[in-house]
Amino acid sequence: MENAKLDLELVSLTKRYGTTVAVDAINHRFKPGTYACLLGPSGCGKSSTLRMIAGHEAVSDGSILLGGRDISALPPAKRGTAMMFQSYALFPHLSVTDNVAFSLKMKGVSSAERTAKAGEMLELVDMTAFGDRMPDQLSGGQQQRVALARALITRPQVLLLDEPLSALDPFLRIRMRSELKKLQRELGITFLHVTHGQDEALALADEIVVMNNAVIEQAGPAREVYNAPKTEFVARFMGGHNVVGLPEGTFAIRSDAVQVTGPGTGLVEASVTGIEYQGTHVSLNARIMGDQELVAQVPEAIFFNNPRQPGDRIGLTWETGQLHPLKA
Amino acid sequence: MQRFLSRPTVSGWLLASPLTLVLTLFLVLPIVMIVIVSFWQATEFSIVPAFDFENYEFLFGSPVTYKVFLNTFKYAVITWACTLLIGFTVAYFLAFHVRSQTWQIALFLLCTIPFWTSNIIRMISWIPFLGRNGIANSALISAGVIDTPLDWLLYSDFAVILAFVHLYTLFMVVPIFNTMMRIDKSLIEAARDAGATGAQIMWNVIIPLSKPGIMIGTIFVVTLVMGDFITVRFMSGSQSANVGRLISNDIALLQYPSAAATAVVLLATVLIVIGLLLRFVDIRKEL
Repeated sequence: MENAKLDLELVSLTKRYGTTVAVDAINHRFKPGTYACLLGPSGCGKSSTLRMIAGHEAVSDGSILLGGRDISALPPAKRGTAMMFQSYALFPHLSVTDNVAFSLKMKGVSSAERTAKAGEMLELVDMTAFGDRMPDQLSGGQQQRVALARALITRPQVLLLDEPLSALDPFLRIRMRSELKKLQRELGITFLHVTHGQDEALALADEIVVMNNAVIEQAGPAREVYNAPKTEFVARFMGGHNVVGLPEGTFAIRSDAVQVTGPGTGLVEASVTGIEYQGTHVSLNARIMGDQELVAQVPEAIFFNNPRQPGDRIGLTWETGQLHPLKA
Repeated sequence: MQRFLSRPTVSGWLLASPLTLVLTLFLVLPIVMIVIVSFWQATEFSIVPAFDFENYEFLFGSPVTYKVFLNTFKYAVITWACTLLIGFTVAYFLAFHVRSQTWQIALFLLCTIPFWTSNIIRMISWIPFLGRNGIANSALISAGVIDTPLDWLLYSDFAVILAFVHLYTLFMVVPIFNTMMRIDKSLIEAARDAGATGAQIMWNVIIPLSKPGIMIGTIFVVTLVMGDFITVRFMSGSQSANVGRLISNDIALLQYPSAAATAVVLLATVLIVIGLLLRFVDIRKEL
């Protein structure tokens, strides 16, 4: 059991609060040992989903299976999952070691043994030197490591992380996310990470599950979701895409796949509405037929070979293979 | 002048002076006065300014003093235990089981309703209830639980403690409720995530985090009970004594120096008790 790789499966999982449906019969199977991100705007049901998996929210309908075993009615500690809370939820009256050893104390493990186990966990997250500190004597990043150690000491099959990076400043956020990824690779267990930041999801996830309005819009490897969005919502939410209505239908196209040519030589005619210099490239806003705004990301050197001004007539072109048809 | 006033030390002292003045006039001076008077001499008909330990010698030499102090501690400890049990339970229910804030506030206000009437009235209203032919006895008799009226319901230690608990439980509820409301609810979830049972959560998370509130409530209840004299007089039918009654008897006999000496000893005792309590729990975070 200890190291068995178990997959987590959601079967028409539903959460209702009164008459509002927070999670609407979603189905998904998380492969064992993956880093998965539940991505979506606030109120999309991603947190409710995570809390249901953790056991902190009752399941209204459907079930949660871990390694084929229905865990939806079990208490949180019996599920083989562990949760890391958004604000870390460290016990303010306990030292770092006691925080990490809390679950062992609840199980009645002897004091010496739990101190030793907690020490191992603190070593894993590189916090050995801080065992005697109280949580309020730690920085945000250190608190997060302690919270990680506390969640991992229960040897979970699935670690659930509820917006774990949102309380950190941007610099620390980038450092902690690479540590999370490293830890996941070392432990080989499934990490299920809830976030509303698409950059965070792209940077971390083997698999991204995009949620919106209580349902899963699209799920797949990070690269697939980014390169081939299936719905307009996913294209817009992942960013870096244009959603364009053409006579043949609605398509998504990456803005760095849109090329700028002279007027009359492109696939569509356009006029420049705005220019933004962004360092490695220039972001060019253009208006095409039907008052549609398109963004072209032009590499900096190419743009300045032939600079454009707002108001210029241009043509826009792309390879047809770059167009991804969107479902309505 | 302008520059003198704008110096930080000067303006600091000036800002602090109104409160200092009020406290000096109405707190420090009276206590100093009591301490001074406690060293005076008194006979049946006169009070003589002096510096004499006679009052204290008499106080510490009399077995009555120890009996009365012991009785006062007994009331304080039993009342403390009862108010803590009831207060903690009520606060816990309000803070963790009442979900909506509207209901929390409504129920909390409900707890304060008894405080809309005066202490004495609330206390005296127990008398017709607990008396020999009172409501409690007649109800018990007609229910067939007892044959003869219970004597210990009124004018007994039971009555005194019942009144104390009734009067002072809210002083326990309020600070405990206040600390409990500040406990992050995700801590409870984190404890449950770590496999803690309800009792374990209570013992390992809620009680330790409620300690400052418990301590503030304890200080309220202990000081109120130890300083009380009227409740003991009414509810014990003048059959029991505590330190407050000792002082009030001395005053009734115009033995001011003796009363002052007892008051000083009581004040010192209460201060020592609070000092001991504060050694256990740091309440500064709550203030």
